[in-house]
Amino acid sequence: MTRILGLASIWIALVMSVYGIIAAVIGLTRKRPAFVVGGMQAVYVNFALLTLSTAAMVYALVTHDFSVGYVAQVGSRSTPVFYTVISLWGALEGSILFWGWVLAMYSAVVVWTNRKRAGDLVPWAAVALMTVCLFFCILMVGPANPWGLVSPTPADGPGPNPLLQNHILMAVHPPLLYLGYVGMTVPFAFAVGALLSGEIQSDDWIRLTRRWTLSAWAFLSLAIVAGMWWSYEVLGWGGYWAWDPVENASFMPWLTATAFLHSAMVQERRGMLKLWNVNLIVSTFLLTMLGTFLTRSGIISSVHAFTTGTIGYYFLGFITLCIVVSLVLVAGNSEKLRSDGQLDSAASRETVFLFNNLFLTGFTFVVVLGTLFPLVAEAFKGVKVTVGAPFFNKMTIPICVALLFLMGVGPALPWKAASREQLRTVFILPGSVAVLIATLALALGMRDGYGIAAFAFAGFALVCNLREYAIGTRARMRAHGEALPVAFVRLVGANRRRYGGFLAHIGIITIAAGVTASSSFRFEREATLKPGQIMPVKGDLSVRLKTLWGKDEPQRQVVGADVEILRGGTVVGMLDPRMNFYRSQDQPVPTPAVRSRPTGDVYINLMAFTPDGQSATLRVILEPFVPWIWFGGLVVAFGAVVSAWPSARRAARRVEYTAPQRATARPSPVSGTSFPGAAMPMTQASGLPPSLPSNPA
Amino acid sequence: MNWKRALLSTALIGAPLVALLTYGMTRDPHSIPSPLPGRDAPVFTRAVFAPGADSVLRLPVGDSVRLAAHRGEIVVVNFWASWCLACRDEHLDLSQTASAFAQKGVHFYGLLYNDQEKNGLRWISDMGGQAYPALSDPGARTAIDYGLYGVPETFVVDQRGLVARKFIGPVNALQLSALLDSLLVANQDSTRVGPANIPPDAGVTRPVVPAAADAAKP
Repeated sequence: MTRILGLASIWIALVMSVYGIIAAVIGLTRKRPAFVVGGMQAVYVNFALLTLSTAAMVYALVTHDFSVGYVAQVGSRSTPVFYTVISLWGALEGSILFWGWVLAMYSAVVVWTNRKRAGDLVPWAAVALMTVCLFFCILMVGPANPWGLVSPTPADGPGPNPLLQNHILMAVHPPLLYLGYVGMTVPFAFAVGALLSGEIQSDDWIRLTRRWTLSAWAFLSLAIVAGMWWSYEVLGWGGYWAWDPVENASFMPWLTATAFLHSAMVQERRGMLKLWNVNLIVSTFLLTMLGTFLTRSGIISSVHAFTTGTIGYYFLGFITLCIVVSLVLVAGNSEKLRSDGQLDSAASRETVFLFNNLFLTGFTFVVVLGTLFPLVAEAFKGVKVTVGAPFFNKMTIPICVALLFLMGVGPALPWKAASREQLRTVFILPGSVAVLIATLALALGMRDGYGIAAFAFAGFALVCNLREYAIGTRARMRAHGEALPVAFVRLVGANRRRYGGFLAHIGIITIAAGVTASSSFRFEREATLKPGQIMPVKGDLSVRLKTLWGKDEPQRQVVGADVEILRGGTVVGMLDPRMNFYRSQDQPVPTPAVRSRPTGDVYINLMAFTPDGQSATLRVILEPFVPWIWFGGLVVAFGAVVSAWPSARRAARRVEYTAPQRATARPSPVSGTSFPGAAMPMTQASGLPPSLPSNPA
Repeated sequence: MNWKRALLSTALIGAPLVALLTYGMTRDPHSIPSPLPGRDAPVFTRAVFAPGADSVLRLPVGDSVRLAAHRGEIVVVNFWASWCLACRDEHLDLSQTASAFAQKGVHFYGLLYNDQEKNGLRWISDMGGQAYPALSDPGARTAIDYGLYGVPETFVVDQRGLVARKFIGPVNALQLSALLDSLLVANQDSTRVGPANIPPDAGVTRPVVPAAADAAKP
């Protein structure tokens, strides 16, 4: 019954998508508004249907309905309920269902929030969204059908992949990832909508798109960091990033989306980079599809094992469609996407944005190249190669260092042009901080040039971004006589977008510093101990194996070691690294234990043990400052939330401000600054030191 | 709408990308080409450290086994280790197939890879014995000659001393018996296709990779 309900919902959603697309396209091309409205209703129906199907799947999983193909594949009576529910996204078919549901949700929210917007942009965007939804419905009735019938019904199933039921982050990372990854479809749909409706020449669509990109980007950022954390906590190698194709798949669209978030500002302020922005949005979406294709089709070898099947061909077909449609639309309309403005000076914020985009796309190119290189090499040279971390590190670390530098320079420079004195005043403090850090690092014995540069520029950028808050707050305190906390909150509140952005910068700087520190100063030691024996690690830090124990759980057997952490002979903490033996898999799944402190982690992995419990091999890894990476991820997301949060007050004020200038124009609530760089409230430019001449706004 | 530009960019950017991905669909990234199938099997002389339970295959401990001395016979060379979990999966299949084919003149040898003989002996007794003799491979020299990628890997050497097939990962009795049967038949029918016609990686058989940790990631 559940099976029929779930499958029928998908079939109806498929039919509704076809109906919605046809009705809306007829309505849009033949100017029949009723058709358009009718077609767009399909978005809501689809959301309801896919919600029903997803809920039915959760129900089937929880009730152990093994007649359902997906449940028989990932379910097991011995798996705890929590992991049973989240195994919804634990294998291919369920993840496609979840994907479809997230997409339907996004589509419904997009259409709902823009239901009063005039023009053809949103209807065309809805058509694009429904097309993607249709594709996923086709997958779900075809190669990735989660509702296949299993007959006779098995009594029990194998349970989810052990790696995926080993950590709580499995409940966090995938949903965030889908919210971010699938969310990138929305900007793409807006771009297609803008191109097809002819609204591409207005800048309004870019503002609409920016906020959606920003929220998807926030989810994706959090998801990537959560994924790093998961890998660190579960996989037992003490690392968090390995340049695996699956990781790259999530990282590539993040890079292009980041580039877009910056270059969109240049378009809004200066009317430049229009064609470039459309390209970035389209690339972001295509990279999400490419990433999905690479990881689902099994054409690239990865440490993650992949289910293969015919689904790769479906993705290939859909990617081809997306590439052709995007290229035809963008290239065909490229003449409409000419820049209105031009660069005034090399020392200006837009120049920094250009470099930022250059480096971010260069970064994307390196990652795409590294990921696809095995394919290229085999196609042209007939050789099997793998491209590993050394290539990526060598190519991307210089880019990261450059980006860190720009992250400091950008906020400090004004739009259009900066004078020589401005440059000097602005860079003396951060520059000296950078020099100080570099000297300190050298004095402390660091010899890796990029490591030193990364620390120095991280300090530089941190000072630059923090100073923006300081200057703005001080200006408010002076101008309005406000107390410091009031001035700070009002400053950020009055220009969330700007100060949220700086906060995201600070988060990224934190991550960069954490990554640099943990990779530069990582220390590792391994030893086989008998219970009671002490292993010296580093300095006054040592660990003592207390006992080795075993216990039976319904779905697994656990062998664990109780390890005491000693500092100078006194016990300061206790860790219990484990090895889990799942019944469905012969490879044990390690569960390292981590003791986190702001200064760094003690990471212990149980490598081996003798069955009689007489000895255990422990690997102890010291990773300085790793927790800052996770913390930085939260800061980035918080910054994005601050930046994307709709501010009713600001929108109202903007309209007030712009209305007189556009006496005849009807002020729309979302558009405040249609003239590039023109109608900018002074608060937005107030990030400059008040003593300096402000830009002509 | 500028159709000329649209078509040009599609042809220049889109087509190569799609072509590359389509090409990718035809390849198996997990298959690692091996020059060995169809070529001379690297010869070895290795000492027996576990005698083997089957009365036909049994050899005294300390005896030397020379692959070159087996010309005209089929030899199955299995690389294994006591620390290798996948080796446990194939152990029974290998042992049973060895017993089944012992009378037909097929020899099985297990070469211990990167392990100590005492561990190997304990493993064999833990697993309930092994039909064929186990040989030591000090310094993994033979393993290097065979270009071992990991354990278990199994090489089937035919009557002419050529590697007929390389199995990566655990073998199963069905697959192995079918191959041995066909080799035994082919030997009687000398008109069979020679090794020169075998493409370089045709003789590599890979295990089916179990579906796993994919779906949580995009």
